[in-house]
Parts: sequence; structure tokens; C-alpha cells
Amino acid sequence: MNIVVPIKMVPDLVEELVIDASGTRLDPDALRLKLNEFDDHAIEQAILLKEKGKGEVIIVAPDVAGIDDALFTAAAKGADRLVKLTGNWNAPRGANNHALARVLANFIKTLRAELILTGVQAPNDLDGAVGPPLAEHLGMPYVGYVSGVMVCDGTAQIRKEYPGGMIAEMQVTLPAVLGIQAAEKPPRYVPISKVRATMKTAKIEEFPAAELETIGAPMTVRLFQPETSTRATMIEGDADTVAARLVEIFKERGVL
Amino acid sequence: MTIPTLTNPAINEAFYASLQTPPNGERIRTCLQCGMCSGVCPFGYVMDFPPGKMIAALRSEIFDRVLNSDTVWMCIACYACTEVCPSGIPLTEKLMTRAKEELLLAGKVPAELQLALENSQRYGNVLGQSPRKRADWAKGIQARVPLFGKDKKSAEVLWYVGDYASYHPRVQATSRALARLLNALDIDFAILGADESGDGDSQRLAGEHGLFEMLATKNEQAFRKYKFNEIITTDPHAYNAIKNIYPTLGISYPVRHITQFLAERLDQLKPRLKQPVNGKIAYHDPCYLGRANNIYDEPRALLNAIPGVELVEMSHSRQTSLCCGGGGGGMWLEGFHWEKAHTRTSEWRVREAVAAGATTLAVACPYEPPRFEDAVKTVREASGLEVHDVVELLADAMEQ
Repeated sequence: MNIVVPIKMVPDLVEELVIDASGTRLDPDALRLKLNEFDDHAIEQAILLKEKGKGEVIIVAPDVAGIDDALFTAAAKGADRLVKLTGNWNAPRGANNHALARVLANFIKTLRAELILTGVQAPNDLDGAVGPPLAEHLGMPYVGYVSGVMVCDGTAQIRKEYPGGMIAEMQVTLPAVLGIQAAEKPPRYVPISKVRATMKTAKIEEFPAAELETIGAPMTVRLFQPETSTRATMIEGDADTVAARLVEIFKERGVL
Repeated sequence: MTIPTLTNPAINEAFYASLQTPPNGERIRTCLQCGMCSGVCPFGYVMDFPPGKMIAALRSEIFDRVLNSDTVWMCIACYACTEVCPSGIPLTEKLMTRAKEELLLAGKVPAELQLALENSQRYGNVLGQSPRKRADWAKGIQARVPLFGKDKKSAEVLWYVGDYASYHPRVQATSRALARLLNALDIDFAILGADESGDGDSQRLAGEHGLFEMLATKNEQAFRKYKFNEIITTDPHAYNAIKNIYPTLGISYPVRHITQFLAERLDQLKPRLKQPVNGKIAYHDPCYLGRANNIYDEPRALLNAIPGVELVEMSHSRQTSLCCGGGGGGMWLEGFHWEKAHTRTSEWRVREAVAAGATTLAVACPYEPPRFEDAVKTVREASGLEVHDVVELLADAMEQ
């Protein structure tokens, strides 16, 4: 069974975010990227399924800074094939999830994929998660917020989380696209020595993304840092002064 | 839903062989089974296999049991076992650390430790902070802190700051104090800033040798860019790495711990120490300054140079010093250790300081101020005990 895991890099918030001159996007040169956390769970879930004796794991990702390390790390964990989607992902308006879903669908159609595990969401999903449009292009069912998968005779038994603590168990006919919220176990640690050994043996294949077709997504008119609201009042002074003023305000508003 | 058990590549013949072949294997064969290592180990009573018992398991060919237990993560690589072993077996480096390496390779890593290792890998610092902000501690202070690259291409001394002294808000105070001291002594120094990476020694002693090599290589690339005569550091772990372990990777630079560097300049420093300190000071020997590197006298000489200081010794002192609990990955296993032991060695230590009559606990390692200050908060009788790095006490004594 082929399990495809599309992953992507997202802005690492350990660095300050810088908006570029166009005012509509983050400056790619100032960004530090890291693997989307939910995608890390999707990789783990795929490897867990493989370890149960089912499948070859294929990791696929847009070719951006840092992706080679992420792919080799996935290989060190047990992924079998690594594929980079080459294209101008950093071009202005070059990439969104609509474009990514189309490219992923073109690639996945070349495989006999039975299970596609994506991270359920990413912090830079301005136009919705990538899973649903990908499922649409592939003509497959989609289930999101998945926190457990068992595969059996052409179907998958799935645990899906709902808000408020409800959990549903459902059955999906394969092939299907699943948005992984959490793998059954936390993503494993892979020692650097293993990653380095993998770098010497594993190969990263390339699949040309061709034209990045971004239509279908909302257009960002303006991107900006949170602005100070005029309603906010900053109370100056030492702790006692601030506390006394807070009590006054609570009394004025009838809270106390 | 069932969780698959991990395949266990840990128990393999190569591992057995590596522990039994010379030079260290030969030494392991000389174990007398006297049990001193297990007795002196601060957490030996919690471990399923403290060092002596681990060697017994190795001899009995039941080492798989060792690797199926997670209590080797209680080892804080404090060198207490190595210090007392009558056969001179390098227990900390070659037995406990090797067992951790095997567990790590098998994917059996406590979650807290995993995060610290991933941070070191991704950001070059264990705290998961922005590498670009590594020198931010020096912003807005009066003392001049030149940066290699930006301000200088060469300097007499490269100050290797280290992760905690760069990023930890409490330990940054030590760095600022040292900046004042170095300026007062007219030392020609510079720091690496964003070019610096963590020293990796505690990651190595937590079983991640590959990560250690990666960080060492990054530091070597930074060292190579500039000219300097020697490296100084406030961090005994960095000192140990650069002095003893980097050379095994072909990276050789002269390095001194800051207490050695300052003790050599005591004649110059002493006349400037004018502010007396009232009260008694107990000096805590850090494991990687004391037992691992035999530096006991310099920190005490520096403290004795401060007017008014009365040094007192705790019941565990010098070679028998009691670890703060932070070594060998202990800094990143706080929850795990608490779960197993329900106590902290740092709490025992502040009790010892109080019992010795100390009002100040002096330290010389960046792991210690936060650990001991936390312990002071939770140990009632230690309330009021102050914790300061030797460098901070010197800088304070110097100020008008």
C-alpha cells in the first residue's frame, strides 16, 4: 500500500515576522522555516502504519529552504521515497494551498496511492487547509481532525476528534485523504547520526510543479502586525498603583 | 487502538563488543562489584541498574533488561561513580552514557529530553531561542561587549558565552557581571554572538553524540573565522567539551574556565575589590569543574579575595561535591526525575549550605543559579539563602 504524506514548511515564530515591501506577504528572505507540526504527526502516523506491516511511505513537499533536512529526517524515521516539488514557490502570489493542492494532485495521480495523510492545518493556511481541495482534485473522500488510523481490507478505521471532547469512530473506503490532527504516538526522535547516515544513502526525487495555479483563493490586500486598539488603556505606575486603579475600574464598571 | 511496540535494535552484538573491547572494555572487566559507585550515586537508589549492577547484568548476559528500563535517565553524569571507583573504570563516560546512546538509537527518549535535543538541532541552542538574538543579553548595558566579525577580527581572548549564559534571564546576569569584570581588567576580548552554538556536552552525556559532533563542528567553523589566543568561558560543561572532547574530533583550542583566568589575575583584581561582603559563603563545586577537571582551588581563591568573606565548607565538598541535578541531560528531565524520585538534589544541596551556616551559596556553572534559587523557594529552612556565581560576587565587590 502506498501512503503519501504531503508536508510543507511554515514560518518559525522564534524569529520576528517581517512584512515585505508589497505589504501583502511575509518577507521570504527574513523568514526562518520549520516543518508544520501537524505534518510531523502525519509522517509519524504513516510510519506507524508502515511498521504494522502495511505500506510504502512517500513524503512529498514544495522545494523551499530547509526542506532537504525535513525530508532526510523523515527518511531516517522510516519513509521510503522523498519527493520535492520544484517550482517558484517564493514568487509573489506564487504559492497558496489551492496551487499546492493542484500540484500535489498531479503528482499523486502518477502513483497508486491508497492513503494520503496531510497535517490537518498549518499556521500559514490563509486559504484553508490543503487536504479538502486535494481530495476534491483526486476524487477521494476527506476526513479531517483525525487522531488515529487503522487500515484493513481496503478501508480505514478512523478516530476523528470533534470540539467539546467528542470522538467519532468512522470507516472510510480507500483511497482517501485524511487530515491528521495527532498521530497515535508523539513524533519520535531520530538521532543525528541516523539522519546523517540517511543523507548518504537516501535520494530526493524531483517532480516539476510547472505553473502554480493560485486561483480559487482569496487575495491578500494587506498584511500587518496587530495594531494598538484605541480602547486599550495602559495603566502606568508600580504594582500598588496599578492594582488600586484596576479596583477602581472594576467598581466603575460594576464588576465589583 | 493498539500502539505498536518499537523494534529494539538496541541489544546487539556490536554494543556488547564495544563495552568489552579495550581500552574501556578491559577496565569494565576489572569491576570488583564493590558497589561503591551505586552507593555514591545520588539517584542510585532509584535506578533499576546503577553502574555496578549494570556491569553485573552485562556479565550475566541479561543486558537487555538494562535497556528495557528507563531509569538510566536518572543518571546526571555527575562523575561521583567515576571518582570513587577503585578500579578506575570510566563509568560516567563509557558505561552510563553508552547505555543512554543505545536507548536513544532505539527511540526510547523521554519527551522532555526530546524537545531539548530538537531545539539544539534546529536553533543551535537548547532553549529554543532565536539564534539571531544570541548576543541580545549584551544590549543596553554599560560594559562594552565587542562582537567578533562586527567589531573585531582578532582579540586576545574569545569569550565562549554558551546557551544558558546567553539566553536564560537569570544567568544573563552572570554574563553582564563578567562583561564588567573583563572591562575593568582591560582584557582584549570578543564574543561570537549569532556565530556561536551550544557546546553540546550535556547533549553528548544524554546519549546524543551525533548532535554533539554537529554543534562542535559549527563552533569550529566560527572559531576558525577569527584570530584569538585562548577561549574563556563561565560554563564548566563548555570548558569540559572544548578542553577534553573537541580534540577527539580534531578541534583543538586552548581553553580556560573563567575562575582559572581570573585567579591568574588576582594581583590585578584584588586591589579593586573594595565592597565588603557580610556573611558566610559556601562554595559549591560544579561537577565539570571539580571531579571532571580537578579545579577546586581557583574559585575559592577568588572568593577569599573579597573583603569580609568567610568561606565555609558544606558536608559534600570538593571531590565529594553533590550535583545540582542538571548534568547529563538532567536540565531537561526535571519532570521525569521528579516522577521517579520525588526529590531534587538541588534541594538537598541548599539544605547543606544552610547547615554549614552559609548565607550565600556561591556557584561557578550556569546551570546552578536557576536550579538552586528554585530549590531555595521550595525548601523552607533555606529561605533567604542567596545564590550567586563567583563572577557576580566579584563584580559586586568591585562596584562603588
